[in-house]
Parts: sequence; C-alpha cells; structure tokens
Amino acid sequence: MKSYFSELFRGAWSLILGLKVTIKAMFSPIVTCQYPREKLEITPNYRGHIDLVKFADTGTHKCISCGSCMRECPSDCIVVEGEKREGVKGKVCVVFNLDFTKCSLCGACVEVCPTKTLDYSNDYELAGYERANFHFDLLKRVEERE
Amino acid sequence: MEIFNSLLPELIRIVVCAVCGAVIVFGNALVMGYAERKLAGRIMLRPGPMEVGFHGLYQLVVDGLKLMGKQLVIPVNADKPLYMLAPLLAFAPVFVPLLVLPFSEKIQGFDLDIGMLVILAFASINVLAILIGGWSSNNKYSLFGAIRSVAQNVAYEIPMLISLLAIVFMTNTFSLKEIAAAQSPVWFVVIQPLAFLIYIVAMVAETNRAPFDLPEAESELTAGFHTEYSGMSFSLFVLGEYANMFIVCSVATVFFLGGSSGIPLPFFEYTGIVWFLMKVYLLMFFLVWIRWTYPRTRFDQLMNFCWKYLIPFSLVNLLITVVMVKLV
Repeated sequence: MKSYFSELFRGAWSLILGLKVTIKAMFSPIVTCQYPREKLEITPNYRGHIDLVKFADTGTHKCISCGSCMRECPSDCIVVEGEKREGVKGKVCVVFNLDFTKCSLCGACVEVCPTKTLDYSNDYELAGYERANFHFDLLKRVEERE
Repeated sequence: MEIFNSLLPELIRIVVCAVCGAVIVFGNALVMGYAERKLAGRIMLRPGPMEVGFHGLYQLVVDGLKLMGKQLVIPVNADKPLYMLAPLLAFAPVFVPLLVLPFSEKIQGFDLDIGMLVILAFASINVLAILIGGWSSNNKYSLFGAIRSVAQNVAYEIPMLISLLAIVFMTNTFSLKEIAAAQSPVWFVVIQPLAFLIYIVAMVAETNRAPFDLPEAESELTAGFHTEYSGMSFSLFVLGEYANMFIVCSVATVFFLGGSSGIPLPFFEYTGIVWFLMKVYLLMFFLVWIRWTYPRTRFDQLMNFCWKYLIPFSLVNLLITVVMVKLV
C-alpha cells in the first residue's frame, strides 16, 4: 500500500519535471541551420573531391604532368595529359580531368603529388542533373577560382 | 402553412448551427494543425513549418489541397462498404456535441437537459469508427490499432464519466449551461481538483493522443488503424481527431473552468465566447505540450494506470462528493 502511493507521487513528480524540460526548450533559440538560406562554415579539413591548388607566387597551379596521380588512382578516374612547349622547361599540363562518379575519395593522388598541387576542395554542394555534371575539368576550375 | 411558419425559426436555427459547427471543425483543424507543428518544432529546437507563406502560415491549406488531390486507395481484400464508412463515422458525429456546448451565455445551439449525455454518447462513436476502419482494412497493423483503441477507450471512459458525475451530483443537472452557470463564485477545478486531474488524463486517452496514442503508435504499428487510408479518407480521421480534442477540452472548460466566465467585457452575454475559447485553447496547448514531452506508454502500463489508479481514485472522489453533498 505504501509503495502504491510512493510510486504514484514519484511518477507524478517525474512528469512535472518532464514538462519543465520541454517548456524550457520551447523558449530557447532554434539550433537547426536553415540550409538554403543560411550555410554552415565548412571546416578547412573537409575532404571533398580533389582540386588543383592555386599558388600565390605563380598565380596558377604547379602541375608538371608527371602522371603519378593518374597511375596511383585505384578507381582510374584521373586523366592527365601534358605537352612539350618551346621555351618552357618541362611539360605543360593541357588536360586534367576528374571523373567524380568513380572517385572513392581515397586521397592517394593528393599524397603522391610531387609538387603539392593537388588538394581537397571544400565544395560539398554536389548535386547534379546528369552524370556529366560530375566530370570535372580541374584546369578550368583553377582558372575560374579567384 | 401554419406548421411551416412555426417551424421556420427552428429550421433557420438548425442551418445556422450546422454552418457554425462546420466552421468550428475546419477552422479548429487548421489552427491546431499549424499550432501543433509549430509547437512541436519549438520543443525540438527547430522552427517548424517556414516555407509556405509568412512563417509557414499557409502550410495547412496546402496540405489540405494535397490531401484532396490524392487518390483514394482501397485495398483489394478490404471490406469496401465498411472501409468507406469508417472515416465518415469518425468525422460526422463531431458536429453534434458542438450544438450543445455553451460558448457563452447566449451563444449555444440548443440547451438540452441531457447535454452532457449527448456529448459523451456522440464522442464515443469515434471508437466504433476506429474499430470499423481497422477491421475493414484487412491489415494486421490496422486490426491491432483498432483492438487497442477499443480496449483503451472502454477503460478510460469509466474514470472520465465518474469524474464528471461528481460535478453532476454537485449541480444536480445534466444541462451544460446550468453547470457552467453554477460556477459563478468558484470554478469547480478548485473544489474538485482530483476529478479535474482524472478527467484530463482520461481526456488524453479518449482522444488517442500521445502518450496514449497506442491505436496509431507509428513506431510499432506503422500508422495503426489508418494505415491503409489515404487522401481525404485519412484527413477525415485527422479532422475528427482535432474536433474531438476541441470537444473534450470544451467539456473540461464547462465542467471545471467555469465555461465562459471571466473578466466582464461589453455585451458579456455574447463576448464570453472569448474567455471560453481562450480556456479551450489553453487546454489544447497543454495537450500538445504533453504530446511532445512524454514517450508512449506500454499497453499494460496504460491499462494498469486506468484500472489501478484512475478508477479507484475517481470512485473515492465520487463517494466523498456524494457524502459532502448530502451533509451540506
């Protein structure tokens, strides 16, 4: 008989405490991010797809078209082509394509790059209407970037 | 012609009452649907509907249009006539209790001597609708939901009736207007706090809302009794549920919170409706608040609570009330 009432009062008290928790939450500020209208600052450590780095001293990337990334890539999604030009030492990169539909984001290409010109981008809004939207021309991207 | 002339005012009255009832049912569903989603959002620290209109005000209108446009799917092995009947049966009876509710001293459809009995009788048709809907869907989830609903409503109707009976013993009438008028100095919530508490708990269970929403328990029974319903037949169930919420909260207001009494306004015989609606919506807010606070009870806990706590307490309360009425 004693436990009957003590259980009742303990239960009732816990219910009141529960109501207190939710009423407090009702008047506290919203914590969700209203995505299309406000965007979260992405951390610089974010590992998106690869991108060519734009160096401040040269104003462009430092790709020497060695093809290490192409050979290292386990998914075969990088195509690099370079050509010899007169008056320029080494090769000039003319094609650098990434097929992101196959990329597994392993990062082997970034690690192997001898000139450190490959890095992960911070781009996370990767939605597209067709497969071709994910075939990136990284040379074009590095030029378009300010 | 003679008969017609004498009937005409009564006919007009019936039409006006029916239209007002429809306005209350649909308006209430719009307001409560929006308020429920907004409050649910606020409790979970998110903003709730924000996209359609200013702060998502038109969200419910858009949802209603969507539901109207949807196809009514009838399962192959369903009992078709009963399947179609159930949502109507859940929705149609909610108009009748609105006719006898005293919104203010002068705003009332019909002041019946048995107003309380009318309300309770028509409110319990909802259980029948749920049972028919769950049974005729020919779906195990629906059937489980329906069975739970019947067991729960049969159990919780008892403490609800007994707690209201205590008030009836004190006022000696079933007429809602007279019950509301009997509380002019003190509201019955002060004299009968236990009956009020019991009524509130039973009211949540009667309207099948969380934490007693076992008939639709979405995590266990997908959607319970309305698993197979789509489009308008589903929204009739929802409309019925919100209208039932309005009715049980109105009954709580009339029986315990003094009906339309409050600080006098000009033309108080009519403007009392402001206080009445304010009390009703305060209770509805409370219902939403507890829905988003408590987890769902287990079925044995639900039944234990009713048979071991609510019914004995309401019986003791009734006994004390009867003795006090006799002595005073």
